Amino acid sequence: MAGVDGGIPGAHMPRDNDLQNEVDLTAAAVDVVPPEVVAQSLGQYLRAWFTRVKSGDAGVLPVVAALIIVVVVFQIVTPNHVFLKPVNLVNLFDQSAVFIVLGVAEIFVLLLGEIDLSIGYIAAIGGIVAALLVQPSGGQADFFHNWPWWGAIAAALVVCGAIGALQGLIITKLRLPSFVVTLAGQMFWFGIMIIILGAAGGVAISNGSVVPAEGALYGIVYDYLQPEISWIGLAVILLLLGGSMWLRDSGRRRSGLVAPPVGLTVAKIAFLAVAGAVVVAICNLDRGTFSPIYGVPWVLPLVLAVVGGATFLLERTQFGRHMYAVGGNPEAARRAGVGVNAIRTWAFIIAAVISGLAGIIYCSSLGGITTNINGGQYVLFAVAAAVIGGTSLMGGRGRAIHGLIGGLTIGAIYNGLYLLGLPVQYQFIATGLVLLAAVTVDALSRRSATSGTARP
Amino acid sequence: MSFAQGDELTAGAPAPGGQPLSKSPDAAEPLLKLRGISKHFGAVQALFGVDLDLPAGQVTALCGDNGAGKSVLTKTIAGIHQADQGTMYWGGREVHIRSPRDSAALGIETVYQDLALADNLDIVQNMFLGRERLNYGMTLNEDSMERAAAETLAGLHVTTVRSIRQPVATLSGGQRQAVAVAKAVMWNSKLVMLDEPTAALGVAQTRMVLDLVVRLKSHGLAVMIISHNLNDVFEVADRIAILHLGRMVAQDKASAFDRQSAVDYMTTGGSSRDIAGSGLRRD
Repeated sequence: MAGVDGGIPGAHMPRDNDLQNEVDLTAAAVDVVPPEVVAQSLGQYLRAWFTRVKSGDAGVLPVVAALIIVVVVFQIVTPNHVFLKPVNLVNLFDQSAVFIVLGVAEIFVLLLGEIDLSIGYIAAIGGIVAALLVQPSGGQADFFHNWPWWGAIAAALVVCGAIGALQGLIITKLRLPSFVVTLAGQMFWFGIMIIILGAAGGVAISNGSVVPAEGALYGIVYDYLQPEISWIGLAVILLLLGGSMWLRDSGRRRSGLVAPPVGLTVAKIAFLAVAGAVVVAICNLDRGTFSPIYGVPWVLPLVLAVVGGATFLLERTQFGRHMYAVGGNPEAARRAGVGVNAIRTWAFIIAAVISGLAGIIYCSSLGGITTNINGGQYVLFAVAAAVIGGTSLMGGRGRAIHGLIGGLTIGAIYNGLYLLGLPVQYQFIATGLVLLAAVTVDALSRRSATSGTARP
Repeated sequence: MSFAQGDELTAGAPAPGGQPLSKSPDAAEPLLKLRGISKHFGAVQALFGVDLDLPAGQVTALCGDNGAGKSVLTKTIAGIHQADQGTMYWGGREVHIRSPRDSAALGIETVYQDLALADNLDIVQNMFLGRERLNYGMTLNEDSMERAAAETLAGLHVTTVRSIRQPVATLSGGQRQAVAVAKAVMWNSKLVMLDEPTAALGVAQTRMVLDLVVRLKSHGLAVMIISHNLNDVFEVADRIAILHLGRMVAQDKASAFDRQSAVDYMTTGGSSRDIAGSGLRRD
């Protein structure tokens, strides 16, 4: 093994004197350790990272590279180089939002090595419930109309959660494969959706001039934050996020625990600040054609909140730890006392709730929802977004951020081909090819990473 | 000693237990004492009135051929199976182990052959799996867990992993075994049972695991090691207990056996070799 054998990074170890008695196994170890857990400086980190990429484990590099290529190509080929204009970038994000949120939802299930094929139509039902509840009642008051927007959203998410719970319980209690149960769910909830929409075949929401509650849902995509508010919001978020990252990493460095080098922490915070500032600045440029339009659409902080909340849940809580354990080795998790079936059921519930939110965003961006929604296709884009982002279909590997990166990639392809005036079939072909490439890169990197590993 | 086949399969046959064991060289009460443990699965009798002593600070090797009942006995102690008959004494006090939780509460930990580690989690995460420490019952207290894991590994002299934050998938077989053992001893355990700890390991890694076993003993733990490998057994075991077709056919200090007599007991249930002064039970 090339590299440092400095023992366990972690200071407070009582070192015994009989060092010759130390267990020595270095020859058998494998050198594919994540760089951030061994590097002492930013330079070392970069070298370790580069070694790792060369050994085949490239992390998010392929998908980020793919996204950059997609952006550059479209910027060159789109008429008037419109792709990177502020108006289009905001559009692109609006269009990606549904893919991103559905992708994050699907990741909760994929992490367990399961799949949920029904979240497309669960999303549709979520959107429909919210849109129906805010409709004004015609004439006499009744329970199912005139809800405030927050009540309607909450009710929609509860309905979606109940659907997820039902499917999750069927899968865990009857020990049926999630593929089949959620395939049945896809058809079943499609039918239910048509029944709910009834003869009208759809429900529309408009801006708030007539019904304020409708306007609130509509405004998720079409209302914008005041520029001052968005800058203040960005500053507060950066302060909280960057501050907690700095305190955490420096605290761990001080007490000798495994921590990234100072340079890496600084680089991460700087990247967050620059990226945030660029996004807010672009959104605050005037992008109107006839009258000025500027500001961050509400959907952007909403989507980031979903990604951030999912990240927190998966990486900072006991529930998240158990999710990864069940996905990695269910038997080990069971023996360790983890309630494997409870974790499974909750994963389906959370996926359904988050997809309900995606349905509401969909509803907002289209000003309503009709029976034309293709939930079966959306679920495939959700899986594609997760996998393109780097989540494994085998379970145990994946992060919420993968939904963001993958969803943006799909959104960029969708948006660029639309700008080129190419019909929808090319969107499918391009997305299919990107998905295939993502899975291939993932499989190849894992194969080369494990080929040298002697495993018991 | 030989059994007719029909004898083996008699459902619920009362065990011929209660035969006195040879007196153990150490007079102290063993940490775990099993007396007359019987277990059957349907018509198949797996254990016949097994007696077993596991003293603290000693390594007891549990040997036997395939199907001798080693893993049934281990799982009975671990609480995965419940004995049909017999008594268990923990520090001289009678106990009833009905579930893995009961055995864990007493301080019994088992390291299974398949290790039960999640490859995608790092060493700290695996060692605390299912018993995570939390901040205010909310978020994971990574700092505290990492410190405790580092101390446990250092106490066992396992210092060759590059980082305790590396995923278990990147460890060698011996390192994985070490993590599994460290996970087991982390919880103030008093008895650690290792199921075939050196199977599938190379020479250097076997060396490391055997060193680890000796260290556990020197920390005052009772260790039971289940092994086919007589080299390992004679190297680390203070005591040897041999099962044959569900019966405990021999149990004494390791010096009372030699390679040939151990093989005889494992394969035939008896030995024609008489080792002077061994006091072995002869059937």
